[in-house]
Amino acid sequence: MTDVARIWSYLSTEPLLWLTCTIVVYVGAEAVALRLGRRALANPVLFSVLIIAPILWLSGTPYETYFEGAQFIHFLLGPATVALAVPLHANLRTVARTAGPILAALVVGSVVAALSAVWLAKAFGLSDQVIVSLSPKSTTAPVALGISEALGGLPTLTAVLVILTGIIGAITVTPLMNAMGITDWRARGFAVGVAAHGIGTARAFQVNELAGTFAGIGMALNAILTSLIAPLIVALVL
Amino acid sequence: MINAIAVILSCQLAGEVAARGLGLPVPGPVLGFVLLLILLMLRPALAEAIGGTARGILAHLSLLFVPAGVGVVGNLDLLSRNWFPIAVVLVVSTVIAMIASVLTFLAVNRLSGGGHD
Repeated sequence: MTDVARIWSYLSTEPLLWLTCTIVVYVGAEAVALRLGRRALANPVLFSVLIIAPILWLSGTPYETYFEGAQFIHFLLGPATVALAVPLHANLRTVARTAGPILAALVVGSVVAALSAVWLAKAFGLSDQVIVSLSPKSTTAPVALGISEALGGLPTLTAVLVILTGIIGAITVTPLMNAMGITDWRARGFAVGVAAHGIGTARAFQVNELAGTFAGIGMALNAILTSLIAPLIVALVL
Repeated sequence: MINAIAVILSCQLAGEVAARGLGLPVPGPVLGFVLLLILLMLRPALAEAIGGTARGILAHLSLLFVPAGVGVVGNLDLLSRNWFPIAVVLVVSTVIAMIASVLTFLAVNRLSGGGHD
């Protein structure tokens, strides 16, 4: 065995390589996004996936091997959800004053997101399994996987659909809200949090802290509501 | 920082135990989020102790979605066979959900006499 092969065989069985790769690529993607002036299309998640996926494909690395390293980052989704309590607490007075609009926008946004996805997918003739996997697509990843699994969907497909939804929301929210002439940061943030979970929330935090806070609330509340309504919506359409 | 991690993980753990133990449909981290919010309301001083770490995690929220996003490699077959309908479904439903949600927010805010931010 050559040295290179020996080093590779060590690296490819340890979590270090893919953990490092994920973080380094993300740091680079962030730097590029920043250089592009945080334009909506310059989404760091999208850039990172577009770089890492071909690396795995070219090196013949199965996703499972990659995930052994990347799981340490994936795990932080849970603590990050808990940490959303901090900006919420800092803006509690503003939020408490807005309880009515929040609840109404939550119910409407959550139902429209899930029902429109499931109904459109059915109209396109997609398979039942894909339809079920689509139903929690606006929900934050760890929650969506649980919902999909419980309803008989494919959790790995749901993960990808959730990420794609987040990227779409993060890319479209700024031009969409500007075109609609909406200047209320609370409303803008909340809508993207409900429709595009954590990736939308990350985008909202880049634009405005108040928008980010409301996005975080939208994401957390939608995680609760979607776990309750997704089974009903799937039963209704399928 | 280590204190902050201890608090955040404890909230998540308590949330997971509560969700599973009581058979609640609500995910553990979401219950942990509610729990941390209650703790912060009871002891506002806690915000100073954990604020830095919490904001640090949230500043790089996008990074945390990369591992799941790379899962696209495992689903290329299914996605490439159905890319058009899936793309339409995702774009249309996400955009109309945002429009419906933001308009509802503004309408109810106006009805309830709430001001602008």
